[in-house]
Formats: sequence, C-alpha cells, structure tokens
Amino acid sequence: MTIAELQEEIIDEFSVFGEWLDKYEYIIELGKEMPQIEESCRDDSHLIDGCQSRVWLSCDNEAGRLRFRADSDAIITKGIISLLIKVFDGQTPADILAADLGFLDTIGLKENLSPTRAGGLVAMIERIRRYAADNLV
Amino acid sequence: MSAVEEIRSQFPILSRKVGGKPLAYFDNAATSQRPHSVIDLQQAMTVQHNANIHRAVHTLSNEATELYEKGRKAVARFIGAESENNIVFTSGTTASINLVAACFVRGGFLKQGDKVVISYAEHHSNIVPWQLACQTVGASLEVVPVEKDGTVDLQRLEAALTPEVKILAITHVSNILGVVNPIAQITEIAHAKGIPVLIDGAQGIVHRKVDVQAIGCDFYVFSGHKIYAPTGIGVLYGTEEWLEKLPPFMGGGDMVAKVTFAHTTYAEVPLKFEAGTSNITGGACMAPAVEFAQSVLENGEMAENEHLLDGAMRRQLASVEGLTLAAAEAKERIPLYSFTIEGVHPFDAATLLDKMGFALRSGHMCAEPLVDSLSQTGMLRASLMPYNTLEEVERFGEALRRAVSMLR
Repeated sequence: MTIAELQEEIIDEFSVFGEWLDKYEYIIELGKEMPQIEESCRDDSHLIDGCQSRVWLSCDNEAGRLRFRADSDAIITKGIISLLIKVFDGQTPADILAADLGFLDTIGLKENLSPTRAGGLVAMIERIRRYAADNLV
Repeated sequence: MSAVEEIRSQFPILSRKVGGKPLAYFDNAATSQRPHSVIDLQQAMTVQHNANIHRAVHTLSNEATELYEKGRKAVARFIGAESENNIVFTSGTTASINLVAACFVRGGFLKQGDKVVISYAEHHSNIVPWQLACQTVGASLEVVPVEKDGTVDLQRLEAALTPEVKILAITHVSNILGVVNPIAQITEIAHAKGIPVLIDGAQGIVHRKVDVQAIGCDFYVFSGHKIYAPTGIGVLYGTEEWLEKLPPFMGGGDMVAKVTFAHTTYAEVPLKFEAGTSNITGGACMAPAVEFAQSVLENGEMAENEHLLDGAMRRQLASVEGLTLAAAEAKERIPLYSFTIEGVHPFDAATLLDKMGFALRSGHMCAEPLVDSLSQTGMLRASLMPYNTLEEVERFGEALRRAVSMLR
C-alpha cells in the first residue's frame, strides 16, 4: 500500500472513536503490542532524545525499501510511533520524503507534533526523513 | 462565599475548560495565574499610561513612571527591604541570578581559584549562571547535598564554606522537593565566615512570608509570574552595600548619570542595573500582584486551607499503588508534590491527565541533576496555589488512578 493509503486506513480506524479516552486506550494498546526493537538497537546511537520520553529508532535498507523498528520508554509515544512505522515501514526513500503526515492532525493527535511537545516525536520524524535522504538513490 | 471561593473568583482563567473538562491548574510552580487586579492594570498600562519612563516631562510618562516606581515600593514593603532602592527590576529570577554572577566576575569579587557553593536541589537557573561565571575566571562550583527530608545538609554546608568561597547561592524552596530550607540559619552560618548569600526565592516567595532583613541575606531573587504578575518581570533584592559595590551589568540608557565619549558616570542604585527600557507594565503590575499575595499570606483561613489541601493531596497520592512522593518526610513544605509512579512514564500520565483537564508538569522540571538522582524517566509535579480547591484535589486523585490503570 502507498503511504497515502496507509494513512487513510488509520484515519478510518480512528473514526470509530468518539471519546478521547477510547482513542488513547487504543494508542496505548498499539504501544503495548508494538514489536520490540532489537535489544542491541536500544543504545545511544539509535536514541532520539526528546525532552521527556526517549525514542530509539533503527533503519535498514532492504533492496531500496526502508525498514524501521522503534521503541520508546513512554507508552503513548510508542503507540504513536507504531502508527508512523505502519505508514513508513517498507516504503522507498523518495516516497517517505514526499509524504505529508496530515493523518496525525486528522485523527486528533496534532498536539503531539507541535515543536514544543516534549514527546520526542518531532525529532523522530526528522530522523526518519534524514534516513530517507541518506538512502536516496 | 468561603475564602477560597472568594480568591478563586478573581481569576477569570480558572473558569475555562480544557478539552470540554473544567480546568484544574496544578502547574503553579511553573507559572501562576493572574487575578483581575493585575489583568486590569496590565490593560490600563496599555490603553491609558503607555509611555517611556524616567525621562520625559509629559503626563503619560509621569504616570507610567509613577506606576512603575509604585511597583518597586510595593515589592520593597512586601519583602521587608530597607527601601525601594534595594529593589532592582529584572526580567525574572534567571536574569537576577545572571546579573549577580556576571557582576561578581566583572567586579573582581570572583577570581581564579575561588569557589561558589550551591546545593544539590537547585533549579538550572541557580546552577548554570555560576558555571558560566566560574568558567570565565577559573573558579569552581561546589555542590552541597540535601538530607533525606529534602533540606540542605547543614553540616556539609558548613564544611564546604571554606575561605575560597566567595558566594553561597541557595534555594529557599526547591522547585522539585517543595521543601523549605532554613534560610535565616543558613545565612547566619555563611555570614559567620564572611561569605555573602544569594537566596533563590522563585518558589519560596509565593508561599512564605519573606522578610529579607530578618533573614539577613545579601541577595534575594524571584520572578513576578510565579506570584500573580505577568511574565518578563522579576526582582533582585540586594543590600545597599552590595548594590553599591557591584559594577553595572549592562550599559545603555536609563542607567547613566552623565555620558561623554571619554567617560560615563552611572545612575544611582537601583537604576544603575536597569539599562534600556524596562518592562514598565510588568513593574507596575508587581504592586497589585504582591498586594494580592500579601492578603492571602495574612489570611488565617487560607493557611488552614493550605493545610487541608496538603492532607487531601497526600491521601490521594497515597491511594495510588507504587507512587513515591519526593521528600515525603519533609518537615515543612509548600503545596508542591513531585512524584514517580512505578511502571508509568510521567509523560504518559501527564498526557492523559491533560485530557481530563489537569495541568501538571512532567519531566526534569529544570532541575536535571536532582531529578536524575530520583528517577530515570523524570517526574510528575502537582503544585498548588491558594485558588486550588479540595474538590479539585479529590477529582485529581480519581483522574490519576484512572490514568494509571490505563497505562499499566
């Protein structure tokens, strides 16, 4: 699926939640279910230091498609990361760089993306884009 | 109307909602809200009295000057200063400490091989300016630990105050622990060795009656915005001796007596330290802000209320399994509670609490060395003001339990 299609899918999933509580319960669930990052990747070289929660991100280039694995010590951050991974994992660097992440706004998580938000997500998106730029052929 | 309701009714922001829920503002140690008296003057300074001060002869300038200086007089009265000339307006606590640190360097009061002593429980604002000053001259920074009850270790402090120490800079109340340091006693210990003392009063001034002359300190600094005034205004109290002795901090307009290209003489204290156009509105607003603070601090019913809030908050926190309150054994604390919850990241808890209408601080809270010693992931902090109610604290307990059950 394309990045745009995956975003649509997530927007659909979130459209059933009327209450913020249900939405966050789902995000927390996603965070808990997210596959663990390799223990060897939970090190400083993969660490993206947000102000309050720490995020680890690894990226591998598999035949021109980028594979991302990530983790965070905060579960809500982790849940939102799992949405980003869902959207970006297996995509090409060019598609990643061209992507618009409007879905986070649509599903009501925009506040997590404000530059002052302390969750480390903004830095994580920047790192994903940098990986993509570095792998651009 | 109870005293709390009466106070609360003066803060328009407290009736707003957040995400459809009534706002419970528990981040007062970061910044407090403003009562009508401050808001009204803030507006009047714009629509009625906007002019530059200390210069022109026209009516608007005279009015603005008078209101600004009235703010200074009110602050002097509020903290028991010798006179308004002991009050320098700055942009806040941080600026006040930087001013003293920089002037200690420039005036030669801190030299190579000297030491500055601080405590382990300092805000970054009372760490970094001294690091910078020490780096500039080749001095060193000595850090005195705190006791289990959160107060500074007086024995270790006394031992640290060697002849090389040129200033002791210490917090009145830690912004993480909420514990009240015995600052009069600490000042006495330092003065017995001839060492000047700077007290960081950012948190202390809000919840304790401060009398700088009774304390005997050389400097007492605080911010306006934590005590009902707008942001961008702060206070540096200094003794006449020190304010006269220290060189100017910044050069510019308003701090001079006579300027020629060859030589400039400076204005009298405190204007010597207020170069450029000051935060005139902020200075003026200090008057209604500290008058409001004074009326609350002198209200016996409010002292009783703080006691009730403290009991309620401790009960609610104790009801959460795995919650650890920092400096739980404190003998004397302000209504400020930093805590960790086993298995719960503070960022997650603060995010969910926000969705339920509760504004809390999370993370390192600008005191990284201390917080790192207490937790790997940062902490949560609830800090109350006289306008917070028992009902809010009880609702907070419910919200916190709910957030924790979602996150575990």
